[in-house]
Amino acid sequence: MGAQTPNGFSLDASGKRIVVDPVTRIEGHLRVEVNVDEHNVIRNAVSTGTMWRGIEVILKGRDPRDAWAFTERICGVCTGTHALTSVRAVENALGISIPENANTIRNLMQLALQVHDHLVHFYHLHALDWVDVVSALKADPKATSILAQSISRWPMSSPGYFKDLQTRLAKFVESGQLGPFKNGYWGHPAYKLPPEANLLAVAHYLEALDFQKEIVKIHTIYGGKNPHPNWLVGGVPCSINVDGTGAVGAINIERLNLVSSVIDRTLEFVEQVYLPDVVAIAGFYKDWLYGGGLSSKSVMSYGDIPEYANDYTDKSLLLPRGVILNGNLKEIHEIDLNAPDQVQEFVAHSWYKYPDETVGLHPYDGVTEPNYQLGPKSKGSKTDIQSLDESAKYSWIKSPRWKGNAVEVGPLARYIIGYAQGKAEFKDPTDKLLTDLGLPLTALFSTLGRTAARALECQWAAQKMRYFQDKLLGSIKAGNLATANVEKWDPATWPKETRGVGFTEAPRGALGHWIRIKDAKIDNYQCVVPTTWNGSPRDPKGNIGAFEASLLDTPVADPNQPLEIIRTLHSFDPCLACSTHVMSPDGQEMAKVTVR
Amino acid sequence: MNEDGMYCIDGGRPFVERLTEMASDAMAVVAWGACASWGCVQAAKPNPTHAVPIDKVIRNKPIVKVPGCPPIAEVMTGVITYVTMFGRLPDLDRQGRPKMFYSQRIHDKCYRRPHFDAGQFVEEWDDEGARKGFCLYKMGCKGPTTYNACSTTRWNGGVSFPIQSGHGCIGCSEDGFWDKGSFYDRLTGINAFGIERNADQIGLAAAGIVVAGIAVHAGITAVRQLTTKPKDTIKTIASEPTDKNAG
Ligand code: SF4
Repeated sequence: MGAQTPNGFSLDASGKRIVVDPVTRIEGHLRVEVNVDEHNVIRNAVSTGTMWRGIEVILKGRDPRDAWAFTERICGVCTGTHALTSVRAVENALGISIPENANTIRNLMQLALQVHDHLVHFYHLHALDWVDVVSALKADPKATSILAQSISRWPMSSPGYFKDLQTRLAKFVESGQLGPFKNGYWGHPAYKLPPEANLLAVAHYLEALDFQKEIVKIHTIYGGKNPHPNWLVGGVPCSINVDGTGAVGAINIERLNLVSSVIDRTLEFVEQVYLPDVVAIAGFYKDWLYGGGLSSKSVMSYGDIPEYANDYTDKSLLLPRGVILNGNLKEIHEIDLNAPDQVQEFVAHSWYKYPDETVGLHPYDGVTEPNYQLGPKSKGSKTDIQSLDESAKYSWIKSPRWKGNAVEVGPLARYIIGYAQGKAEFKDPTDKLLTDLGLPLTALFSTLGRTAARALECQWAAQKMRYFQDKLLGSIKAGNLATANVEKWDPATWPKETRGVGFTEAPRGALGHWIRIKDAKIDNYQCVVPTTWNGSPRDPKGNIGAFEASLLDTPVADPNQPLEIIRTLHSFDPCLACSTHVMSPDGQEMAKVTVR
Repeated sequence: MNEDGMYCIDGGRPFVERLTEMASDAMAVVAWGACASWGCVQAAKPNPTHAVPIDKVIRNKPIVKVPGCPPIAEVMTGVITYVTMFGRLPDLDRQGRPKMFYSQRIHDKCYRRPHFDAGQFVEEWDDEGARKGFCLYKMGCKGPTTYNACSTTRWNGGVSFPIQSGHGCIGCSEDGFWDKGSFYDRLTGINAFGIERNADQIGLAAAGIVVAGIAVHAGITAVRQLTTKPKDTIKTIASEPTDKNAG
């Protein structure tokens, strides 16, 4: 029954099938089915995006200057990234350049998003895959305090603080109301932390809940609100006025001070809480290096955070750009998002229709036409799926490929590429982390590596926020106030027909929007989002995507409690372009697990 | 709701079935956000998935609509604590929105209003007027037709709101705001002094329209057994209950 995929993985679907649907603590709807062998090791994996909202169809015929607001609503959490990608695509199509200050402010917003997303993802969506909340009740508060002070100088670390927290947690558990902590396989053998480390992590889970309300204020100041701040084709909507009449209603010194103080607190929290926690937790999981999947073979990053306005070349982009194929770290392939043979989307296994499904389409020529049908080997009915048939169509996600290759995107991909390019900003912290943990470079290609790269990147982003805020202050000091270029605001100045592409590195990975404009209206709009790369179903050649690859060969201690599956999927920070979460009075619902 | 609801699948079944089950023992349902209230972005024309708001799925319960994309976090907390604290549903307007937060227009309480009245407008992005904080009406501001609390409560702990940060209101708490022309089109039929009458007419017209659009995206809250066990009364399907959107 075994089969070899062209991208080097062996699949065997003959064993017992486990279905996890919905996978919780992610953004959106994800279903996963795996087959395990007689030792409960995963030998086949099938990942399914279970929702389609049709934003691209809705955009047709609209004003391109409005597109950011529509695409921003693709996701409730990477709020802003889609909007930024969209205004870049429109600017690219229309040849609009933006002022330096606008580039700086956009970078600040994008970096704030990276930090916020990484932090919230780690503590609130992912940490409980490593941290056993119930075990924290057994911790000695004094020992917890000693542990906390040994890894960080974060002040909230006294024995009394941890004792108090433990008492509150105990009441919570006794009352049977675990609240946000309901959602876990407490006591599962795959949890490895001592009680003190668990208690410490629970404390920081709660502190991070508070802290995340601070960092979004950067979006509120420059963009008016969060989630879904406002953007503008040609620059940013906020004006700068630090001297004259009406300065009080613009970006003025009070606003700039507020941003600066938020950045200071962000750096503190990331460097004194998040990073030390990840290193400490990783120390207990050094033996659990599963989940690498595609990361040791093929990774891709478009790059982002342009140092110079309107310069999207490698030398300007501070986040690395390029593709690594087949694990060859010595060769970084260049990306051309306009080249018809590079980025292509396939739908052979997706619930969409193409005229010829053996070929892929470049996003400029992309088609998004739904076609929901189940394969002959699926079980259940169209409205009550028991198990899917992966030899047929099985997902609402398309399969994007780079020159035919499935690639992983995200923080780990960015760090691997930055590392391979020898960029000290990425290589040095990675080497230091590996040395501290006593692990070889190959350990990076794992679930743990993905989680660690996200933490390192969070620190990088926080430091860059400081850098760009200082840059903005310097620019204002030099008398440079411009934040928008309105030369081509009026559609009458636009060409009759044009097209363009915009890209960013979303927290979860490479994001691109391709737009065609005709008679001042959107003629075609296609988004290829990070979770489409990572969560893609198989392509016509049978290459599997990053989610599916990452689950293979992982042993599952208890098929009824697939903590290992959830842990690895969460390490990607999956975002299925929709944010419906289900919560009952007693906390979040568990993933529903079915074993057949 | 096309494909028998299978555009949004939960546990192998249409999400909409879950929704109906959850609401069955509720005394009221709170529709969080523009999606649950009106259908929002996925229901924008041509509404390819045939998304509809919650009141098109659940017809036998009182629905409290808390629109906005998203709604202000403090307003959401306010509505829930109102119900738990006072043991009753808040007063609603004709469209089912709590009057305490949705009975006035952004424009009514906007700090740039004196500039509107004085005829001082931003004419171009980042012009002199923009730097002085003039009125954004000519840049397409939808404040005069949008009922929400942004200009008073502001956002994220009162830090700012869209107009304060230089962009016009896009009207994200209004029914069908995606399909009312560009966000940068100037509102028509609104005269500086006739505005009260005009905006009221708009409100009336909107109330009469059959809400066309659902709402699998944001969330609902089912309020149940309200009088007996206040602690267990709230059943939430929130867009982001514990994390990112909560801030
Ligand atoms: S039009 Fe907009 S900016 Fe002007 S006063 Fe009204 S709400 Fe404020």
